[in-house]
Amino acid sequence: MSAMERFIDTFFKPSVIASTWPKILDGMLVTVELALAVVISGLAVGLLLALIRTAQIRLVNAVIIVLVDVLRAVPPLVMVLIVYFGLPNVGLTLPSFAVLWLVLAAVLAAFGEEIFWAGILSVRRGQWDAARSTGLTFIDTLAFVVLPQTIRMVLPPLVNRTIAISKNTALGTVIGVPELLNQATTAVSFISNATPLSLAAIGYLIIFLPVVLLGSWLERRFAFRKA
Amino acid sequence: MKAATPILDIIGLRKSFGANEILKGIDLAVRAQETVFIIGPSGSGKSTLLRCCNRLEMPDSGTVRVDGVDLGHATTDINAMRRRIGMVFQSFNLYPHMKAIDNITLALRRVSKKSRTEAERIALAALEQVGLAEKSNAYPAELSGGQQQRVAIARALALEPKVMLFDEPTSALDPELVGSVLAVMSDMRRAGMTMVVVSHEMRFARDAADRVVFMDHGVIVEQGTPSEVFGQARHQRTRAFVSQLER
Repeated sequence: MSAMERFIDTFFKPSVIASTWPKILDGMLVTVELALAVVISGLAVGLLLALIRTAQIRLVNAVIIVLVDVLRAVPPLVMVLIVYFGLPNVGLTLPSFAVLWLVLAAVLAAFGEEIFWAGILSVRRGQWDAARSTGLTFIDTLAFVVLPQTIRMVLPPLVNRTIAISKNTALGTVIGVPELLNQATTAVSFISNATPLSLAAIGYLIIFLPVVLLGSWLERRFAFRKA
Repeated sequence: MKAATPILDIIGLRKSFGANEILKGIDLAVRAQETVFIIGPSGSGKSTLLRCCNRLEMPDSGTVRVDGVDLGHATTDINAMRRRIGMVFQSFNLYPHMKAIDNITLALRRVSKKSRTEAERIALAALEQVGLAEKSNAYPAELSGGQQQRVAIARALALEPKVMLFDEPTSALDPELVGSVLAVMSDMRRAGMTMVVVSHEMRFARDAADRVVFMDHGVIVEQGTPSEVFGQARHQRTRAFVSQLER
């Protein structure tokens, strides 16, 4: 057996591809659903928390800051395990999909809040002054003057963080969410061949590469027009 | 003669930041169509005084009345009043993500509740007034400093203010661009706008000011016509400051 044949037999064995691709496809679908749910809810909550923080209510802000720091400090895997294996003990049993979604959305919300907040802070004070001096309300100033500038500034870090956290959907493997990596590892355990993992890697590429490209396109699209 | 009722009436205004008292009881009345220049060393409270005139800063005590309305009164709609008080900033503060015309229409649409077409008509007229109608579709980054400041003036003018506050409007400009902004301000003065100007453009103040107010350490030291304040100030502090300006 040549090296090339051995390589193909290990990572791209045709018979394994034929028998496992439907499962891999199922896993991709679950991963996409999970990632979409995490991104939409995580970013929405993150932005909401940052907006609440602009109201400068001391106690509320303190709670947000502590929550966000904890969520950013603890590894997502630890949180997934705690929530999945811990909550049933207090009588609350959530499906594994819901656990993974909640944990990752919370983590993305925490990072998102920090990124949005930093962006809001970086809009110059004079922008607020100018808008308020023309009679715009606080909310209108946020919506029409501050946030559009914030979004442009935070897009690169936000896209990077969002992709990083979405890839954590692979943690579903440890609590039995039938996502892409889980389908692949299950198949591997039955046939002792790495081909399903190769397929999973290709699946992740198909899902996330377009997101990476979309991210760079958005950055260019929303960059300030230069003279 | 100009009307006697003050458009802007400041009485006993005090403002501290922490332990630092910036304004120590300011009284100043500005009549309709009057142009008042406020001069004084940095840290004397000029900018804070202007910012109290539209509640960008909240005074600790004292009253500011604009067109007879007490800005600090609980029933005063401050956002409605701010439309009547135009403000121009040292750093222009145009919205960088919006074209010149959209910088102007934003408040017209959101605050004055004009339709898009009506707001755009008013905005174009305001740009015309500052000589920049042809730049309506330019973004701020595509404009020179002087042009940006004129757009900022148009943004305030479009709301038909009763009084315009200028906070060092030419300090951030290259010398060759100062003239275009001062020319616009002269036009406004001729058109009868009431203006309060914090500026050290002494030559311009001589021509354009009805009154010059000298502030130092949070109080008004003295005031008078430009020739009085610049030529024969009564207080040593004023004379010392003016002679610095002339240098």
